[in-house]
Amino acid sequence: MALQSWGNYPNIDAIAYKFDHQQALKNILDPHNNIIARGNGRSYGDSALSAHQLDIRSYNYFLDFDQETGILHCQAGVLLSEILETFIPRGWFVSVTPGTKLITVGGAIASDVHGKNHHVKGSFSDSIIEFTMMLENGEIITCSHVVNPELFQATCGGMGLTGIIIDAKIKLEAINSSMINQVTIKTKNLQDTFKAFEQYKDYTYSVAWIDCMAKGDSLGRCLLMVGEHADDGNLDYINRNKASIPFQFPSFLLNNLTVKSFNSLYYAKVRKSVSEQKVSIDSFFYPLDAIANWNRIYGKNGFTQYQFVLPLDKSYDGLEKILSKIAASGKGSFLAVLKLFGKANSNWLSFPMEGYTLALDFKIEPGLFELLNELDKIVLEYDGRFYLSKDVRVSKQTFEAGYKDIDKFRQLRKRYKMDQKFHSLQSKRVGI
Amino acid sequence: MSYVLIIGAKSDIAKAIAREYAKHGYDLYLAARNVSELEEFANDIKIRFNRNIKCFELDILDYISHKYFYDSLEEKPLGVISAVGYLGDVSETQKTINTNYTGVVNLINIIADDFEQRKSGFIVAISSVAGDRGRKSNYIYGSAKAALTAYLSGLRNRLYDANVHVMTVKPGFVATKMTEGMDLPEKLTAKPEDVAKDIYKAQQNGKNVLYTKWIWKWIMLIIKSIPEFQFKKMNL
Ligand SMILES: Cc1cc2nc3c(=O)[nH]c(=O)nc-3n(C[C@H](O)[C@H](O)[C@H](O)COP(=O)(O)OP(=O)(O)OC[C@H]3O[C@@H](n4cnc5c(N)ncnc54)[C@H](O)[C@@H]3O)c2cc1C
Ligand SMILES: NC(=O)c1ccc[n+]([C@@H]2O[C@H](COP(=O)([O-])OP(=O)(O)OC[C@H]3O[C@@H](n4cnc5c(N)ncnc54)[C@H](OP(=O)(O)O)[C@@H]3O)[C@@H](O)[C@H]2O)c1
Repeated sequence: MALQSWGNYPNIDAIAYKFDHQQALKNILDPHNNIIARGNGRSYGDSALSAHQLDIRSYNYFLDFDQETGILHCQAGVLLSEILETFIPRGWFVSVTPGTKLITVGGAIASDVHGKNHHVKGSFSDSIIEFTMMLENGEIITCSHVVNPELFQATCGGMGLTGIIIDAKIKLEAINSSMINQVTIKTKNLQDTFKAFEQYKDYTYSVAWIDCMAKGDSLGRCLLMVGEHADDGNLDYINRNKASIPFQFPSFLLNNLTVKSFNSLYYAKVRKSVSEQKVSIDSFFYPLDAIANWNRIYGKNGFTQYQFVLPLDKSYDGLEKILSKIAASGKGSFLAVLKLFGKANSNWLSFPMEGYTLALDFKIEPGLFELLNELDKIVLEYDGRFYLSKDVRVSKQTFEAGYKDIDKFRQLRKRYKMDQKFHSLQSKRVGI
Repeated sequence: MSYVLIIGAKSDIAKAIAREYAKHGYDLYLAARNVSELEEFANDIKIRFNRNIKCFELDILDYISHKYFYDSLEEKPLGVISAVGYLGDVSETQKTINTNYTGVVNLINIIADDFEQRKSGFIVAISSVAGDRGRKSNYIYGSAKAALTAYLSGLRNRLYDANVHVMTVKPGFVATKMTEGMDLPEKLTAKPEDVAKDIYKAQQNGKNVLYTKWIWKWIMLIIKSIPEFQFKKMNL
């Protein structure tokens, strides 16, 4: 069957397998190589694509929950949205969440996802007590910060290349409201944007939407949104009904002009330089989930997200250069997101490190990869690195340059014969 | 407390139904053979929805046990939903008929008597569009489902005065264990969760016959209207 991830690019022919107990999983793994786990397919590129795909979604039971400690034990196919639906009304939230709730716990571990609170709470792996994983030979092992720490550090962020994550114990975060008190800060340019991040860094959540079509004096202008959980005791939470994009938009619909006017409008909508709002968890964390299949607006050729991070001391110069180049190219995107990460953790392939990360969507079109190759050079020049979970194209050399533990990862794969079983298109491309 | 009894609870459709009813505040009796395999599932529902779940061993082909099973339920259910089915061919004629028809009818008869006496309750059973017209590819299964459909129609008629609602569910294609590996047309194939939502809503609204996906009502209307002299030559 034809399979693709969130970017609708590439499209490959693959065989998918389901399982609902561990023996069935072992039976699928045994005869296959070139197999990779697939969660909910929310990675953008080819991380979860391979000739044989192990679909984790049907392995989705809650196993235990301790209302005292907030520790949830669940199978890897459980979606974050299911956790929220069940536990927000009881006063619990996930401690780290990406910009979509439609991902699995297994996918959250394998990408070691980050959220708007990275500078306070770290990555998803920081909320994990332990998880179990099936290795290449069918053996099931437990991993935590102290048990099998090597495998833990390789697997969190390891993009499914060390084995199949089966279940996990994660620590939820106590909340006293399903609402967020949000402050929106409108900045004029990149310098202003950096200042705002600095000034509001004590907020638990922060992220900026940046207008990457703006040039000259306005280069780097943004809306910075910061927030805290409210404390009003109202824990009502309804999974909103979704609108949906019923078909692929024709790809010409998104062009320089439409993006530019959208960005200008979006920016102009906010009038005051600082304003406060009280918004729901869904609209604060997951504005895009409100429209199912929004990825279809990019048309049938698909799109990609370009996400990199630069070390803190080099962030300003690097971003200025990159934003100028993008603005000049005219290949802008609706969604350009800027965020200041806290310190890196010790996982071998986890993406975040201290500094600014920028993520932008691009429609796949002629000339795009040439532009991105140019941007790659700037990122490396400033000692930055790329996020595999969004990537579909970086070269082996470009990828390696940013990850100092990459050889450790390769050796571990060899030692456990993982390299003879688990592969994605991505792992082959970047040679891991 | 308010229990709904689900028979054939290990079926993918039944599991989705169980979650849907628990989500709406019902407690559950889950009956299936090898019911121990349902323990993790039942536990999941308890955590998700804070409901009471009780599991029971039940083989639909063990007719004698049915009355004993139903009598053993201390609190009688508000309603019953059967998802039992078996897709067998000519070589398994007895088993196919007995699973889809004889067994289900035998158990529902017992429950119907109780509901009739209490003058309340609902009975939902999953039949199939395959029962709307016999085709060479699955007419043993289809004819057993046709019999079930006729039975439910009669039962609905009988229980009307007792205020007991009977609903016949006719799914088209559903992506489940039963159809795993078959090459089903994507647009016409429902997910078990969609079927469960449809069933919950239709049962609450007192619908008599439910096609799910709805389009199957129209597909079957066309299929039923093909004259027999033509139909017999077709490859269906
Ligand atoms: C709108 C949107 C916003 C996003 N925002 C963010 C963000 O803010 N921060 C962020 O970090 N990410 C973000 N992402 C990316 C997303 O969180 C990650 O790609 C995540 O890993 C997707 O999880 P999934 O369950 O869909 O997994 P998939 O996309 O199916 O797989 C992702 C990777 O996980 C592996 N994997 C999945 N399940 C298992 C398992 N059980 N065992 C072993 N390996 C497994 C796969 O092999 C693959 O390498 C965003 C994505 C979207 C679409
Ligand atoms: N899938 C479709 O496309 C489709 C279409 C139309 C109608 N249906 C009907 O939908 C219902 C649910 O089917 P499904 O698709 O979810 O498939 P399924 O998982 O195979 O469900 C059938 C269920 O019947 C149970 N069963 C069979 N023999 C039994 C017995 N002797 N005693 C007790 N239980 C028995 C099975 O139990 P075990 O798990 O123990 O085997 C299984 O749980 C069935 O009535 C089926 O005919 C399905």
